[in-house]
Amino acid sequence: MQHGKYRFIVGFLALPLIVYGVFVISPFVQAFQISMTDWSGLVGTAEFVGLDNFAKLWESDDFWNALRHNVYMLALVPVVTLALGLFFAFMLNVGGRRRKNEVVTGVAGSKLYKFVFFFPQVISITIIAVIWFNIYNPDPDDGMLNSFLGAVGLDGLQNSWLGEKSLALWCISAVMVWGHVGFFVVLFSAAMASIPRDIYEAALLDGASRFHTFFRITLPLLWDTVQTGWVYMGIIALDAFALVQIMSVNMGGPDGATDVMPLRLYLTAFRDSQFGYAAAMGVAMLIVTMTFAVLTMRFARRERIEY
Amino acid sequence: MGSTSARTDEGLEHEGHGSEGLGRRDLIRRSAAIGLITVPTMGFLSSCATGGGGGNAKETKAPGGPKSEKNPLGVAKGAPLEAFIFKGGLGDQYAKDAEADYRSTYGADVKHTGTQQVGPKLTPRFAGGNPPDVIDNSGADHLDMNKLSTQGQLQDLAALLDAPSMDDPAKKVRDTIHPSTIEKGTHGDTFDVLYYAFTIYGTWYSQKLLADKGWTYPKTLSEMVTLCGEIKKAGIAPWTYAGKFPYYVHFNLFAQIAKIGGMEKWIAIDNLEPGAWTSNDAVKEVVEHYEELAAKKYFLEGSQGLTHIQSQTAWNKGKAVFIPNGSWVENEAAPTTPADFGMAVGALFDGTGDKMPHGTLRAEPSEPYLVAAKGRNPAGGMELLRIMLSKKHAQNFATKVKSLTCVMNATEGMTLSPGLASASKVFKEAGDNLISLQLQEWYPALTDEKIGGLTGQLLAGELKAADWIRKTQAECDKVAKDDAVTKFERTA
Repeated sequence: MQHGKYRFIVGFLALPLIVYGVFVISPFVQAFQISMTDWSGLVGTAEFVGLDNFAKLWESDDFWNALRHNVYMLALVPVVTLALGLFFAFMLNVGGRRRKNEVVTGVAGSKLYKFVFFFPQVISITIIAVIWFNIYNPDPDDGMLNSFLGAVGLDGLQNSWLGEKSLALWCISAVMVWGHVGFFVVLFSAAMASIPRDIYEAALLDGASRFHTFFRITLPLLWDTVQTGWVYMGIIALDAFALVQIMSVNMGGPDGATDVMPLRLYLTAFRDSQFGYAAAMGVAMLIVTMTFAVLTMRFARRERIEY
Repeated sequence: MGSTSARTDEGLEHEGHGSEGLGRRDLIRRSAAIGLITVPTMGFLSSCATGGGGGNAKETKAPGGPKSEKNPLGVAKGAPLEAFIFKGGLGDQYAKDAEADYRSTYGADVKHTGTQQVGPKLTPRFAGGNPPDVIDNSGADHLDMNKLSTQGQLQDLAALLDAPSMDDPAKKVRDTIHPSTIEKGTHGDTFDVLYYAFTIYGTWYSQKLLADKGWTYPKTLSEMVTLCGEIKKAGIAPWTYAGKFPYYVHFNLFAQIAKIGGMEKWIAIDNLEPGAWTSNDAVKEVVEHYEELAAKKYFLEGSQGLTHIQSQTAWNKGKAVFIPNGSWVENEAAPTTPADFGMAVGALFDGTGDKMPHGTLRAEPSEPYLVAAKGRNPAGGMELLRIMLSKKHAQNFATKVKSLTCVMNATEGMTLSPGLASASKVFKEAGDNLISLQLQEWYPALTDEKIGGLTGQLLAGELKAADWIRKTQAECDKVAKDDAVTKFERTA
């Protein structure tokens, strides 16, 4: 019955589309408009200032500094997270020794490991940040990391971690990796489960090592999932707001060493009451994020392998 | 949005604005949180960002009820009141106690919110035209008071100052509070911020530890350095500080500059005058003092990564002797302070050729209380403050949170806790030699983030004094040139 098909479809789609338009599309559009005003956020009036906010942003050392840190994280965090995720997932699913009746298995105790890896995913990012802030506590008695280093005789490695300009950003990045690896272990495990076992069987019969199995079979067949993970991790690396806000000393310090774009936006809006300028930052972030996503999708494209 | 025109008619219009503001508020919060874009709703755009309402800045709302001797501000009986109280080092119980009195006197509901995030929670409510009535605007995330004041969001508190005090109807509230409270809370010609507490800043220490080791609190900067050497030999760190919030160090550093160089030169700094830092010899002397402390490793190792709580705990445990702090520390550190700790505070040190005498102290009104001009019950808001300014509640504050209030001589005859007793003592000794600084109050982004970042590096030994001064001057010049930052000036 073709009659009324479109009316039927429109009937179902109209409401979600309206909701999406009002709550997702219109805020984006308004952000552009606000970014061209000097709105303070405290009263209902603002003046139109054209592209002044963007000009100011272009000349702002602070914003470039924050953007640079986001780019550092973008270059490092997704690579490390996905590599670890892949490695762990491979070991848990394929990397085990050969056992009776099963050609492909994970290492011993892989069920427990899966649970352990996934654990950080269940706790809120705020709690993760607070936990790690205390682990990084520089006090040699109270700080877990420093007291551990002291206990094993590595006193020389003790540091003030988040208070150290050259280390702070990497300390925070490490937490970001720690918090997300588990998700990818589970995601990649699921993807690996869909790879037909007989491919592995054939490879093993041919005498392929674990190394070869991974690079010749698992990774190519997982490419779509890896690509999705890449975009996802990239967006997380371009954010990093919660971790930096809670963990960093002096809000993005020491001396601006851990500042990131969203924190800059937050401070500009809520501390300095310059919502217009902050909206301009939001627009800039949108452009950076979109560029990243488009470039990734474009250059990571590969021929799909059918099986 | 036209919130001002709507205010000619009280009740119903506000209801409408309240519900409209709710959706907007959540949207702004959510989108800011995910770090994308800050966004109000569609209706807002057409009327607010582009509309022309809200120009009538300093309009004062007529109080709601009839005035009487017992009710000089004319609070409407039964009119609900909403209080938003910063719940930090001082907690918020003292405010709840005052609210209880308000509730029983006026038979009205009081809605109380205790929070550490005054700014993020209230910004959208101010923008939406439905702010709470009383706000304790304190903490790291406080609202920009200058912007609120210049944009007509704050109730003129002159009526409160001229109202009779709770304790003695013959006396006005104005005459019962410390004069610096009025000076500090005045923006332009309008007194619109009541700094309720009175904070004594300085170098805090354990009297017991000093006595046990036979040390005495030093008088001069060089005596301090000498004593630090002895302390270090004894295996204790001379100083610690809250590296996560380096502006704690400014409590002493800035005040020390003002004491040695004189208030006149400090006022030039507050007013962001060109060359105010670089031309002041006291700046050099004080900053070099800190450089020396850092070079000799007189700070507890790892201090640059500690929160204020962690540094206070290390100090309570006797890992460090001195800490720059304010008088709220006694209450805040209470859970970790040993019973016989003997908490005490010392006055600023003498340098060379000081403009202010020995014993000079940084003592300032703190805990800024605001009444929203566009709230529903500004008269009630002021009345709550009048209740808090009574002797009963000032004493309650001293007992509960171990801090002084702006109410003069309220604690006379009371038995004070060790830290508060020490603070009252140095305050009396200082007499009129009190230092009050505005830089941090007026330009928090500058002092806390920019200069704070430099100070953190200075104390970590990674920045030389000369560079600190040069860079600080550059940051101040940048703010002075930035049109987006509202500027203030002081003369005395």
